Amino acid sequence: MSDINFIREILLPPVLEGTVVTLKLIVASIPLGLILGILIAVGRVYGNRLISSFCIIYTLFFRGTPLLVQLFILYFGFPSIGIFFSPFAAAIIAFILCSGAYHSEYVRGAIQSIKSGQMMAAEALGMNKFKAILYIILPQALRRSIPGCSNEIIYLVKYSSLAFMVTCVELTGAGKIIASRYFEYTLVFLVVGAIYLLMVSVVTKFLGMLEKKLEIPGIG
Amino acid sequence: MQKDKNLVLRVEDIHKRYGKEEILKGISFEIEKGQTKVIIGPSGSGKSTLLRCINQLTILDKGKIWLENEEVTQTKKNINRFRQKMGMVFQDFNLFDHLTALKNVEIGLVRVKKIDKKEAKEKAIEELRQVGLEKQADLYPAQLSGGQKQRVSIARALAMDPKVMLFDEPTSALDPELIGEVLEVIKKLALSGMTMVVVTHEMGFARSVANEIIFMEGGRIIDQGIPYKLFTDPDHERTRQFLCKITELYGKSEEEK
Amino acid sequence: MNENLALIYQSLPYLLKGCAITIGLVGGALGLGFIIGIPMSVGQVYGNKYLSALISLYVWFFRGLPVLVLLFLFYFGLFSFLGLNLPAFTAAILVLGLRSAAYQSQIFRGSIQSLGEGQMLAARSLGMKKSEAILYIILPQALRISIPGWSNEYAILLKDSAITYAIGVMEILTRANFIATRTYKPMPMFLTCAVIFIILTYGGVKILDLLENKVSIPGYGERRSEF
Repeated sequence: MSDINFIREILLPPVLEGTVVTLKLIVASIPLGLILGILIAVGRVYGNRLISSFCIIYTLFFRGTPLLVQLFILYFGFPSIGIFFSPFAAAIIAFILCSGAYHSEYVRGAIQSIKSGQMMAAEALGMNKFKAILYIILPQALRRSIPGCSNEIIYLVKYSSLAFMVTCVELTGAGKIIASRYFEYTLVFLVVGAIYLLMVSVVTKFLGMLEKKLEIPGIG
Repeated sequence: MQKDKNLVLRVEDIHKRYGKEEILKGISFEIEKGQTKVIIGPSGSGKSTLLRCINQLTILDKGKIWLENEEVTQTKKNINRFRQKMGMVFQDFNLFDHLTALKNVEIGLVRVKKIDKKEAKEKAIEELRQVGLEKQADLYPAQLSGGQKQRVSIARALAMDPKVMLFDEPTSALDPELIGEVLEVIKKLALSGMTMVVVTHEMGFARSVANEIIFMEGGRIIDQGIPYKLFTDPDHERTRQFLCKITELYGKSEEEK
Repeated sequence: MNENLALIYQSLPYLLKGCAITIGLVGGALGLGFIIGIPMSVGQVYGNKYLSALISLYVWFFRGLPVLVLLFLFYFGLFSFLGLNLPAFTAAILVLGLRSAAYQSQIFRGSIQSLGEGQMLAARSLGMKKSEAILYIILPQALRISIPGWSNEYAILLKDSAITYAIGVMEILTRANFIATRTYKPMPMFLTCAVIFIILTYGGVKILDLLENKVSIPGYGERRSEF
C-alpha cells in the first residue's frame, strides 16, 4: 500500500480522532490553569502567612517535579487510597495543577514589577485591597505576563501528549497505536509531528494577535 | 478636644518609627476650613511620612487624627470611608497606567463611591475641564507630559469631593517649565476655598498661597506662623537659615517680582 | 506507614542508580545542546541569510514537537530507518540533546544580541578577524549572561528526562514504576520519586547559581530570576 493511501485511509481517521481528544484536553486545561495561576500569584503576594506559604509550597512542588510524575501520582497512585480518576480526568487535573504553578510565577513577577505607587494611589482613593487588586493591579500585571503565560500555554499544547502515558488516547497515543500495528513509525510520527506544528503555529499566532489587541501605550 | 465646627483636620502627637529610627517625633497641628497650610523643611524631615499617616497609608505608632470631629485613628474597619474624604496628590503622580485620563478620574467614582456610570463620566469631564485637560480625556498616562499627568491626578483626587487635599511635593518630579501649570491649578484651588496641606519646596508659591507655614526638621515642628513673619522675622535661627538657603535657590515670591 | 517507609528505604539503592542514569541523560543532553547550540547561535547572528533560515527551521522543528513525539519518531522510526541500533539511553541523549540545542541556541542568540554591536565594532577596529572577535570578545560575555537561562534549561531537561520512560530508559521514574507495579505500592514510590526530582532540580539550580557568582564580572548584567 502506498504511503499516501496509508495516510489517508488508515492513519488519518484515528489520528484526527486523537486530535479532537487533544483539543478537548487543552481547551479544558488552558483557561483553568491560567485562572489557578492568577489566584496562586495573588495569594502569594497579598495573602496572609498561611495562604502565602501554601502558595509557595504548591509552586515548589509542581515546578520541581516532572509533569509525568504528577500524572502517575494522580492516575496510578490515588486509586491506592480510594480515589479513582479516568485517564482523561487525571490528565486534565494534572495539566491544570502543573501549568497553574508556572503561570503563577509569571503573574507573580508581573505583579511585583508594578510600582508600589499604583496600590498607594488606589488606596488613597478609598479602595480596599480587593478592589485595588482587581481594578488596578491585575489589569496591568496580566498584560505584563502575557509573554510568559503565552509560552506556558504553548508548552501545554505540546505536553498534552503525556496524557497517553496514563492511557488517554489523544493524538500521540493514536499515532503510536497505528505505528506499532503497522510498523510505520517514521511516517506516522512525521504526520503526527506536522499536526502538532500546525496546532502550535495557530496558537502562537492567536496569542500574538491577542497581545496586540490588549496593548496599551506605556504598559508591558 | 473641642467640637469646633470650623476644624477640618486635627493631628495630635504623631509618632512614627521605621526600624530604629524615629521619623516623626510628636507632630501636632490643626487646620480650619478653607485654610491652606504649607509644610516646608529639609529632606528626611518626615514631611511625606506625615501626610501618609494622615490618610493612614502609613500606620502611625502613636497619636490621633480627627477629620471633621470624627476620629480617624480609632476606626480599623472603615478607613476607606475616611480616605474618600481626603484627596491625595503624589510626587510621582501615580496615575493608573492602564486607564485613560478620563477613566483615571472616573474610577474612584464608579468603583468606590458607586455612582451611576453616566453621572460619573459627566463629573469626570467637568473635573478635567477645571484643570484644563478635557481635550486629553482619552489619552493614556504614557502619552501625557509630566505637568498634564499631575493635573489629571489632581482632578482624580478632586472628583471624590474631599474635605481636605493633601499634596506631597506635587511639583518635585516635574521639569521646570511644567511646574507653573500645576502651581496655577493648586493656587486656584486654594483661592476657591479648599482646605489643603501642601508639602513643597516652592517658596514663592508658599508665600503667596499659605495661610500658615510649618517648618519641620528631624521629625519635629520647629516653627510655624504666617508667611510674612516666617520669611522676615522667624522665631528660630534654624528657620531663618533654611529659608535663606531655599530662597537663594528657588527665587523670590511672586509678590516681590 | 512503617511498611511504606521500609519499602522506600529498601528501594533507595535501586532508585539512586536511576539517579545516575538521569544525571547522565541530563548532563549528556545539556552538553550536546551546548556544543551544537553555540555554533548555531553564532550562525544565526553572524551568518548569511540561508544559514540563518536553515537554523531557524531546525529550531522551529525541534521546539514545535513534543518531547514524546520526538522520542518515538527517532527511537522507533528514524534510527531504525537509518540502520542505527542505538540503545535507549544513547538515543535519549541524542534526541534530548538535539532538542536542547534548539532552545540553547536561542538563549545564546538573545545574549549575543543583547551585547549590542559596539563590542564587535571595537574588536574589529583593533584588527581582529570576525572569528577572533566572536571567540575572544563576544562569546565570553554572552556565555556569562546566558547562565540564568541555562540554569532554567537544566531544570527543564531534568524534568523532561522522565519522559524517556516511554522508550524504556531505566531512569528514576521507570524504576519507581517498576517497584510500584510489583509491590502494589504506587503512592509511596511515586512520591519518593517526586521528592528525588525536587532535590535534583533545586539542588542543581543552586549549584548553577554558585557557578554564576564565581564567574561573574563586577557590575555586569542583570540577574533575572527564573526559579
